[in-house]
Amino acid sequence: MYQYDDYDRRIIVERAQQFRGQVARRLTGEITEEEFKPLRLQNGLYMQLHAYMLRVAIPYGLLSSTQVRKLAHIARTYDRGYGHLTTRQNIQYNWPKLTDVPAILDELASVEMHAVQTSGNCVRNITADHFAGIARDELEDPRPYCEILRQWSTFHPEFAHLPRKFKIAMTGAPGNDRAAVRFHDIGVRIVENAQGERGFEVLVGGGMGRTPLIGEVIREFLPKPHLLSYIESILRVYNLHGRRDNKYKARIKILVSALGIDEFRRRVDEDWEASRTPALELPDAEVARVSAFFAPPPYQVLPADDQVGVIQLGRDRVLGNWVSNNVDAHKVPGYSAVVISVKQPGIPPGDVSDTQLDAIADIADRYSFGHVVVTHTQNLVLPDVRTSELPRLHAELRALDLGEANANKITDVITCPGLDYCDLANARSIPLSLEIAARFDRVDYLNDVGDVSIKISGCINACGHHHVGNIGILGIDKRGEEFYQLMLGGSPGNDASIGKILGRALAQDEIVDAVEKVLDRYLEIRESPDERFLDAVRRVGFDPFKVAVYGSADPLDAGGD
Amino acid sequence: MQIIRDRAIVDDDFVHVPDGAELPEAGKPIVTLAHYARARETLLARYPTVGVRVPSDKLPTDIPELARVALVAIEFPKFTDGRGYTVGRMLRERHAFRGELRAVGWVLRDQLRYLERCGFNAFELKPGKPLESALEAFDELAGTYQAAVDDPRPIYRRR
Repeated sequence: MYQYDDYDRRIIVERAQQFRGQVARRLTGEITEEEFKPLRLQNGLYMQLHAYMLRVAIPYGLLSSTQVRKLAHIARTYDRGYGHLTTRQNIQYNWPKLTDVPAILDELASVEMHAVQTSGNCVRNITADHFAGIARDELEDPRPYCEILRQWSTFHPEFAHLPRKFKIAMTGAPGNDRAAVRFHDIGVRIVENAQGERGFEVLVGGGMGRTPLIGEVIREFLPKPHLLSYIESILRVYNLHGRRDNKYKARIKILVSALGIDEFRRRVDEDWEASRTPALELPDAEVARVSAFFAPPPYQVLPADDQVGVIQLGRDRVLGNWVSNNVDAHKVPGYSAVVISVKQPGIPPGDVSDTQLDAIADIADRYSFGHVVVTHTQNLVLPDVRTSELPRLHAELRALDLGEANANKITDVITCPGLDYCDLANARSIPLSLEIAARFDRVDYLNDVGDVSIKISGCINACGHHHVGNIGILGIDKRGEEFYQLMLGGSPGNDASIGKILGRALAQDEIVDAVEKVLDRYLEIRESPDERFLDAVRRVGFDPFKVAVYGSADPLDAGGD
Repeated sequence: MQIIRDRAIVDDDFVHVPDGAELPEAGKPIVTLAHYARARETLLARYPTVGVRVPSDKLPTDIPELARVALVAIEFPKFTDGRGYTVGRMLRERHAFRGELRAVGWVLRDQLRYLERCGFNAFELKPGKPLESALEAFDELAGTYQAAVDDPRPIYRRR
C-alpha cells in the first residue's frame, strides 16, 4: 500500500499542529462556534446528539495491520472501546473529547493516517471497489488513481468551501461496480476504448439524500493524463454555479439536473480548455511511482484446484456456509478474498471493538500480508487469504464473534447511526437492524432467500443508502412517533436503480413483519432459486408485495400516506 | 484601518466608497463594480489608482477593462462562500491580473493560507479579529499537493 514520503508526512503533521491551534483559539473564544464549525468539520469532527464524533479517513478503505492496531488503541484510550465502520469506508469514534482530538490526530499521523476532509463542504475521502487489486473481473487496479486523487484533494485551496460536500468513487471493474459510482457526485470507471486504450469514463451528478439521482456520463473516455485537470474543471463549475441559498439543493446533482447534462458538460469543457496546462497532465512516471506501492504481494504459486468447492460440500456445514457466503473469488489461483462480517446479532452494524481490531490486525498479519479493507457495506475484507487456510481462519474469526456467514444476505444490513446518535434523525435505525438480525438468524432461511440488501436510514438524508437497498427502510416522524417507509427495487451497481415506496408507512412494531412478508412472498413467486429478489421485484412489480404487506394492492389500502 | 498586505500589517491607503457615498478629494478609492461599470472613464480620469469591489457572484469577465484597475476586492459575504477562491485564481491565471487582489467581508485567519494560494495578496479581516497572530496562518500547511497561483506545478512536478 501507499507509503508516505517526507512530503506527505510533513503535510499531515502540519495539519495536526494547525488543528491544535484552532482548538486552543476556540477554547479562548477568539473564534466563535459558528466560525469553528467548518474548521472542525474539515478535520472530521462532528457535533452529534450527545457528544463530538470523530471520523477518521481510510483512503479507498485500505488499512495496514499497524494502522488497525492504532485504531484499536484510539478506541480503547480515547473512546468507549469501539469504533464504527461507515458507508464511505471510514471509521468513526462516537465519544471523543474535544481536548483529546489534537492528540488523536497526532496518534493517527504516526501511522500515516488523518481525519482530513472527512466532513464539511469539501472533497471527501475517495472510495473504491473493496476488491480492488484482487478481483477477477477487474480491468485495472483503481487505487493508484485514488491515491493520486487523495493527494490532489487534500487541502485543495480552491475547493475547501464548496456549496456542499463532494464525494468521488472509483472502480476498475467496469462490468461489476461494487463502489456505487453512479451514486456519487463524481463516479469514475476505468474503461477501454475501441482502440484498446485505457482511460476513464466520468459520471457526474449521482447521489442519494433527499433527491436520489443516478449519475450521468459527462465524458465517455477521458485519457488518463487528464484525470486531475478534468475533475478540477467539474469542481470549478460547481463551486461557481452550485446553489448556496438552500443546503438541500446545493449538491452538484441539483446543478446538473437544472442545467441538463449537455449544458453542464459544455461549461466544464469550456473551463477545461481555458485551464488545462501541460504541467497539470499526469506523467506516466508518477502513475508508475504510485502504482508500485500497490504491486501484488509475494503470492505463492499454487495449484488452481477447486478447494473452495471441496469445503462448501464438506461435512462442516457452518464452515461450508461461511465459505459460500463470505468468500469471494481471487484473481490468483489458490487465494481467496474473505469478507469478515461486522454484522453480528446484538451488535450495531459496523461496530467493532478494540479487542476485535487488535485480533483482526494479528489475523491480517498471519493470513493476508498484513492488509485489511473496509467495505462501503460496513464490513471488512481480508484480501489475500490462502484458500487452504480458510478453515483455520474461520475458526479464529468465530472465536472473536466475527464468523457470521451473512455477507450480502438479509442480515448484512447497512444502517446509519440513526436517532441513537444523530441529531438529524427522525427515527432509530440501529434497533431495527438488531431486530432484523435476530428475526432472520436462521442460516437456512438466509441462504434460501439469497442475496438481498437491506439498507436503513433514520431520515431523508439517506446515510444508510435506503434508496439503493433491494429493500430500503426510511425512518420518518409521524406526529411525534417513529414510522418507517418500506421501499423495494433499489440497486447501487451496474444495474443502478432507485427504490420506490411500497405503500403507507409502517409502525415500529410492523416494519420487520412487513420485511418478512415481502421475503416470504418472494420465495413463493420466484421462477427458480436462481432468480434473485431484485430480479423478481422487477419482473412482477409491486402488487404481489402490496398484497402481502397491506392485504390489498388497492392504492387506498396500501397508500393513503 | 489596518489590513494585511503581502504578509505584513499595513495602514490601508485605499478608501472604500459605497454606492451613493461621496467620492474622496484625492487618494485611492475602491468603488463598487456597479459604480465602476457606470462611470469608469470619469473615475479613471480623476484618480490615478482605482480599486473595484466585486460581489461574490461575479466573474472576472464582469469587470470591464480589468487592466486599468489597480485593485480588485472580492467580497466574502460569509466565510463559507467559496466562490471567491475560484474567481481569484481565474483573475491571476487567465486574466493575468497583476494588481492587488484583496479579500473583504467575512474574512478569517484560517482562510488566509488558501486565499493566498488562490492569488490573494491583501486581506481585510473581519472587524474584531486580531491581525498580529493571523500572520502565523501563512506559515501553516506549508506543504502543498496542487498546482495553484503560488506554484503552477502539481506535486508530481516538484517531488
